[in-house]
Amino acid sequence: MSAVDPVAAIPHSRRGDRWREHGFRIALLSCLGIAIGMLGVLLYEVGKDGLGAVNADFLTSFASANPQRAGIQAALMGTLWLMAVCIVFIVPVGVASAVYLEEYADSRRWWNRLIEVNIQNLAAVPSIVYGILGLAFLVRGPLSLGRVVLAGGLTLGLLVLPVVIIASREAIRAVPTSIREGAMALGATQWQTISRQVLPAAVPGMATGTILALSRAIGETAPLILVGAATFVAFNPSGLTDSFTALPLQIFSWLSQPQAEFKTRAAGAIVVLFALLLAMNAVAIWLRNRFERKW
Amino acid sequence: MDPKPTINVRLTHTDSAPAANGPREAVFRLAGVGVAYSGAPAVRDVTFDVHKREITALIGPSGCGKSTLLRCLNRMNDLIPAAHVEGKVLYHDVDLYGPGVDPVQVRKKIGMVFQKPNPFPKSIYDNIAFGPRVLGMEGDMDEIVERALKRAALWEEVKDRLKQNAYGMSGGQQQRLCIARALATGPDVILMDEPCSALDPISTARIEDLMLDLKDRYSIVIVTHNMQQAARVSDMTAFFTVELDEAAAHRTGRVVEYAATEKIFTNPDDARTEDYVTGKVG
Repeated sequence: MSAVDPVAAIPHSRRGDRWREHGFRIALLSCLGIAIGMLGVLLYEVGKDGLGAVNADFLTSFASANPQRAGIQAALMGTLWLMAVCIVFIVPVGVASAVYLEEYADSRRWWNRLIEVNIQNLAAVPSIVYGILGLAFLVRGPLSLGRVVLAGGLTLGLLVLPVVIIASREAIRAVPTSIREGAMALGATQWQTISRQVLPAAVPGMATGTILALSRAIGETAPLILVGAATFVAFNPSGLTDSFTALPLQIFSWLSQPQAEFKTRAAGAIVVLFALLLAMNAVAIWLRNRFERKW
Repeated sequence: MDPKPTINVRLTHTDSAPAANGPREAVFRLAGVGVAYSGAPAVRDVTFDVHKREITALIGPSGCGKSTLLRCLNRMNDLIPAAHVEGKVLYHDVDLYGPGVDPVQVRKKIGMVFQKPNPFPKSIYDNIAFGPRVLGMEGDMDEIVERALKRAALWEEVKDRLKQNAYGMSGGQQQRLCIARALATGPDVILMDEPCSALDPISTARIEDLMLDLKDRYSIVIVTHNMQQAARVSDMTAFFTVELDEAAAHRTGRVVEYAATEKIFTNPDDARTEDYVTGKVG
């Protein structure tokens, strides 16, 4: 009877392998550290200057030539109005496009493949191009809306629409075929299957996609400059056809002023913008976790 | 000389021969039915009758087109754009693929249960109620749901938790839920595509018992890989095989033999059938 030495039965790992494993892990952590570090530095710089500036007066005052009295009420309301117009536009149009592309379009036809490629490209087009588009077709041109909230909201909507379409398509695609087959085998029509089974199951993904699209839209400045958001506005918009301003523009305008106090104001406005972004992303994450489905 | 190989299958219900009194009414009459995917034939020349209130089993090796054929019977192949169906499928003397036949109405009368249980991500109640609701069926929904669950032998287990999500049930319960869901629309035929292959033996046995109960009211066509199951539950069996064409490019399924289950498993006519049921080829 030979006793097997347990240590020798399992060979040791080679030293080179162990170092490689550690090295790889350290490299990955460093990359993560760089990204988070940059974000941390940014947040710190902004917070240092801006947190002090945010108070009730700041939020409720309008812009003013006097930096002590300048506030962001008009800009904040303008941003909220723009987001409202944006949502009302992107949700129905984006969801309907995604439903058509996923459920009705025959993917073997060349024109449908062309549409697909185009949507992917549209998501990558620089935002200033959308500003030019908005200026040419919404503010002037066929629709001639003028430099108003509606034009600004629609321009932002066009900018982020591809994001909504792509996210909605992913959400619809994630619904298993077996659910669709089960519904159709019971005698449901295609539309009944989509509206009663597929879309309800895809809502969390679509909601997350919409909120992420809005997160992008809220910070866009270039298209709004072109579409004509004013930078010195001392009133809130009260309708779709009013002129407006927005937070990114107010920040941009204040940063262009020579007085140092305006820089503090700008930092405060950035803090408010960050807070809005954080809130929206938190809602997106909560929605995703709440409705996450294990098929 | 080798002794004749025995067929290792126990026929547990001796009334497997169809009732001899009176002519058997045909629910389906298939004539020359075939399906091709983008021109390549998957199954062809299927001709046999499915009779009322019997269980008809389709058996055969993988890839011989049994499921494809089953899906012809309720026009589910319409969902696949590349599929083309030829031949005649007569359901109570109506050609299912004739002009003016609405697939939605076809599926109301011919229900289907799939291989992997696929309950909707909704409550048990809403799962059963979905079919009646989309078809606009009249009547008290609570009663319809209860009746369907009772017929599927699931009522006692779930009557206190109808509003709970269907995903909380075990695999066997989910499959019985899918059967109840198919029963709720009031069909007279149930098609089952390998309904037990994803289930454990105990759940399988319960569903087989359920099938024998359902036979009183419904005609059932079942595709199965499990020969013992076919022998246990079915009255008639169709044995499919796969043929390679000359260029060996396409595998096409055909029906080799269609006869009473007892005959198929004890004394089949065709040598290929005998090889399959004795386990010489799989």
